[in-house]
Amino acid sequence: MMVKEEKGAGGGNDIQWCFSQVKGAIDDDVAEADIISTVEFNHSGELLATGDKGGRVVIFQQEQENKIQSHSRGEYNVYSTFQSHEPEFDYLKSLEIEEKINKIRWLPQKNAAQFLLSTNDKTIKLWKISERDKRPEGYNLKEEDGRYRDPTTVTTLRVPVFRPMDLMVEASPRRIFANAHTYHINSISINSDYETYLSADDLRINLWHLEITDRSFNIVDIKPANMEELTEVITAAEFHPNSCNTFVYSSSKGTIRLCDMRASALCDRHSKLFEEPEDPSNRSFFSEIISSISDVKFSHSGRYMMTRDYLSVKIWDLNMENRPVETYQVHEYLRSKLCSLYENDCIFDKFECCWNGSDSVVMTGSYNNFFRMFDRNTKRDITLEASRENNKPRTVLKPRKVCASGKRKKDEISVDSLDFNKKILHTAWHPKENIIAVATTNNLYIFQDKVN
Amino acid sequence: MAGAAGPGTGPGAAGGNGDDSLYPIAVLIDELRNEDVQLRLNSIKKLSTIALALGVERTRTELLPFLTDTIYDEDEVLLALAEQLGNFTGLVGGPDFAHCLLPPLESLATVEETVVRDKAVESLRQISQEHTPVALEAHFVPLVKRLAGGDWFTSRTSACGLFSVCYPRASAGVRAEIRQHFRSLCSDDTPMVRRAAASKLGELAKVLELDSVKSEIVPLFTSLASDEQDSVRLLAVEACVSIAQLLSQEDLEALVMPTLRQAAEDKSWRVRYMVADKFSELQRAVGPKITLSDLIPAFQNLLKDCEAEVRAAAAHKVRELCENLPTEGRETIIMNQILPYIKELVSDTNQHVKSALASVIMGLSTILGKENTIEHLLPLFLAQLKDECPEVRLNIISNLDCVNEVIGIRQLSQSLLPAIVELAEDAKWRVRLAIIEYMPLLAGQLGVEFFDEKLNSLCMAWLVDHVYAVREAATTNLMKLVQRFGTEWAQSTIVPRVLVMANDPNYLHRMTTLFCINALSEACGQEITTKHMLPVVVKMAGDQVANVRFNVAKSLQKIGPILDTEALREEVKPVLQKLGQDEDVDVQYFAQEAISVVARRLHRPPGEAGVIPDAEGSERGRALRVRGRGQDPGRAHRKRAARAASEAAVEAAWFGGTDAAKGPACQLRVNPRDALALLEIADLVPFSRD
Repeated sequence: MMVKEEKGAGGGNDIQWCFSQVKGAIDDDVAEADIISTVEFNHSGELLATGDKGGRVVIFQQEQENKIQSHSRGEYNVYSTFQSHEPEFDYLKSLEIEEKINKIRWLPQKNAAQFLLSTNDKTIKLWKISERDKRPEGYNLKEEDGRYRDPTTVTTLRVPVFRPMDLMVEASPRRIFANAHTYHINSISINSDYETYLSADDLRINLWHLEITDRSFNIVDIKPANMEELTEVITAAEFHPNSCNTFVYSSSKGTIRLCDMRASALCDRHSKLFEEPEDPSNRSFFSEIISSISDVKFSHSGRYMMTRDYLSVKIWDLNMENRPVETYQVHEYLRSKLCSLYENDCIFDKFECCWNGSDSVVMTGSYNNFFRMFDRNTKRDITLEASRENNKPRTVLKPRKVCASGKRKKDEISVDSLDFNKKILHTAWHPKENIIAVATTNNLYIFQDKVN
Repeated sequence: MAGAAGPGTGPGAAGGNGDDSLYPIAVLIDELRNEDVQLRLNSIKKLSTIALALGVERTRTELLPFLTDTIYDEDEVLLALAEQLGNFTGLVGGPDFAHCLLPPLESLATVEETVVRDKAVESLRQISQEHTPVALEAHFVPLVKRLAGGDWFTSRTSACGLFSVCYPRASAGVRAEIRQHFRSLCSDDTPMVRRAAASKLGELAKVLELDSVKSEIVPLFTSLASDEQDSVRLLAVEACVSIAQLLSQEDLEALVMPTLRQAAEDKSWRVRYMVADKFSELQRAVGPKITLSDLIPAFQNLLKDCEAEVRAAAAHKVRELCENLPTEGRETIIMNQILPYIKELVSDTNQHVKSALASVIMGLSTILGKENTIEHLLPLFLAQLKDECPEVRLNIISNLDCVNEVIGIRQLSQSLLPAIVELAEDAKWRVRLAIIEYMPLLAGQLGVEFFDEKLNSLCMAWLVDHVYAVREAATTNLMKLVQRFGTEWAQSTIVPRVLVMANDPNYLHRMTTLFCINALSEACGQEITTKHMLPVVVKMAGDQVANVRFNVAKSLQKIGPILDTEALREEVKPVLQKLGQDEDVDVQYFAQEAISVVARRLHRPPGEAGVIPDAEGSERGRALRVRGRGQDPGRAHRKRAARAASEAAVEAAWFGGTDAAKGPACQLRVNPRDALALLEIADLVPFSRD
């Protein structure tokens, strides 16, 4: 059992990653609306959702393994596409509200249909994605094609009958949770009690009931009385995977606060504060900017959490607040480039991070369409590239290396030739298998491990 | 069976002999799949008519299979369907065929929408009663088992609500199975199902044998009450009430009380909140002895809980708790064990706690009697009347009647007046609005003299408030005062001051005069209306602002029924005719509308025309008026909408704009963190200006 588990969801380095699929337009001309803004697997991994700047949600479904082909574990094909958010204008504040999908979260499956929450800066929506394979037939007063019959010819009543039809997938909005956020929503997270979720903006976190749209409870508010005293904003928030009263939120100052909702209705006071003392030798003008946390994720087990700041990924044990148990450098070679990264605004990029199904490997993105994996057991790391070259199925991805300075070896890429416009901010890992989804600007790459 | 027939369906319809009877049914059936939700909904609501026309056989073989597959529809259609099916037994051939209704309800019991599922379960419970015991075991129990073993938690949650209806009528063997299924749902993986089980635990306990309650329900209760999820534990508190009612005092002490004590001290405030919220029910369920030994100390703890929500919930229960104590020794218990904690709460740091207490504390005076009230409660009331939070003061004022009975309101009036004046001038318009609503009550208790002396000027000041909602409430308030104090008082105190405003330079105030007249005319009666009010209205027809003029037309229409026909003919009609020729299209419109209503009164045959039309007559007039408005060309509508908007803008500009902007903003954003939405406004306005 143990052996199987280790092998199945094993280390990032011991498995060889192969190209599987790429989605999206091929041409280099990128339409703004097509830029992918979030990627999320559902709880079984059978569905994969992406959201984009155009407010669309695209859902891919893994094909059933019906053939005996060993190399492919079922490709992901488009299952449903729908417009989740439209651009809006807030007349009270004279603000444009972008349609960009900031986050998607799947609900645990409750019946044959699937449900997800999607959010832009202001409004969260609950969508139902359901299948229909029957349709009613038979009218009394008209033909199926809509022509009316002469009513006098109707001598018996006909009850419509459901007949099989081609499978149709429908997405319908079920709830709209609006008007609760003054600032931009950066996170949504569903509670393990299956009935509530939180939404976080720059200064506040609200708690919602999934069935109630006209009211939410404010549980965290860090807005100072005087906005000129503002020194810190909320950057991400997430519920604990199985302890329904616990959630964390990260801040722009590099701290993570853990709150216990049992203690009081307002969680302005945290019960734990995770913070690593700053290394004085690394102190610079950019220290505060690069320590800002862009993403926080609990491990599936609920024992650890991972945070991503600009240069590193840190793993924290929930029982140890004063320092992370593990720290992985994502692209330390950029430390000398911070000045130019500040000038081109890249230093404010919000990289996300994710765990593999067994919490043994973590993954996060970088520039030049590189993404990184760190194996927590072997402490080995790898850099891979999402690119259209060598994109034949089963092609094993070659590890990439960036040379920090001086002489460049063969196969190494110099820091100066990195393309900072190609960044991988959003990645997702299948909850059970070694299948990953990596979003480059407007393409979605799916890789999987090589099955021997 | 015929009892379930829809209205207007004669026995002939069932036969389907002629097209006349078939056609409407055919339309109904076709509209079951119309694209318009409203039409589908209409058809579903007339499902009994369809079924009756089809007959029991075709209903069973054709209609029900169709309905079973329609679960893709909108929630409101599914909800209506679930409701209809609960009363369908007669239409499928009576109790022998009741089981035919199970498949559609079974699929409805698995949809994701809770309201639909709950309705389906309700209908299933209803139908279960119509099953024979044999059919129940052959059809209904298997359905419950299927739902209980379903893959998705929606079906398992629905199953929880069905055990209690089949249990009493099932045989011993099946009963054991039912208990087994319920047990496994109580330890389901998903909290949704455990919550459903916890909420149905009490209901099931009531139909179980007492032995089974002790041997099975109590352990389930104990385990749910210590579930890892707060949301499950708090539902166990509710179950506690039902279970406690079934057990003897001894068993209660041994089996339930340890769990209840634990719940009252739960680590999660939500569970403690639930205990506080259900306190009266718990008190009744456990009886006086345990109340004294256990619940009172628990209540004291809840009153000083560290979480304000819990304290507020407990504070709400103070009165009920005291009322439900046994009369003997009640006063001592309250004075020694409850009152000290209440005194603390009066100066609580949280305004919700204080206002919760303020909403019930006055009720204690009837329980404690005159002397205790004066000595112990009065100081608290007076402190609360000076509280910084307006809601606290409002709650005290709104419950004055309780004290009035015991000690008379005079004791309070010295403190009352400053409190009222302060609320009446509060910077937040919602507070001003709230206090207006209590004026008629206060007027009744303080008497006309006190009112004229101290409060009348306030009521008048509200008429020129810069927020429309306050002015509107102020006009309604005047009407209620007149109803209480009579027309003579109105004529001497109110009417002159209202009519003076007709000459105000501000057109909004002039319009307030008209709104007051609308409200007061009925209460004041024909004489005052004709003699004093009508001339003013007529004079205002020459106002330079169009909004005032068309409100004149509306007012004339409104007070028309109160006037006699002579006044109508001599004074109202010429004015309306003049307004009908007005340069402004909206004035014309409302004048025309009023003319048509007035003309109907004037042209009615003498026998029918009373001075004051009978209720039916005025009702008919109103119906016609509504229709008239519906036919109004869109252009005028749009223009009026634009005018209303510009009116709001003018008003905003006039008064500095702040309050007008607050109205919509605070409606948009509801944040229960501040129960009074008004506190949020202060927060919002700076942003809307940024």
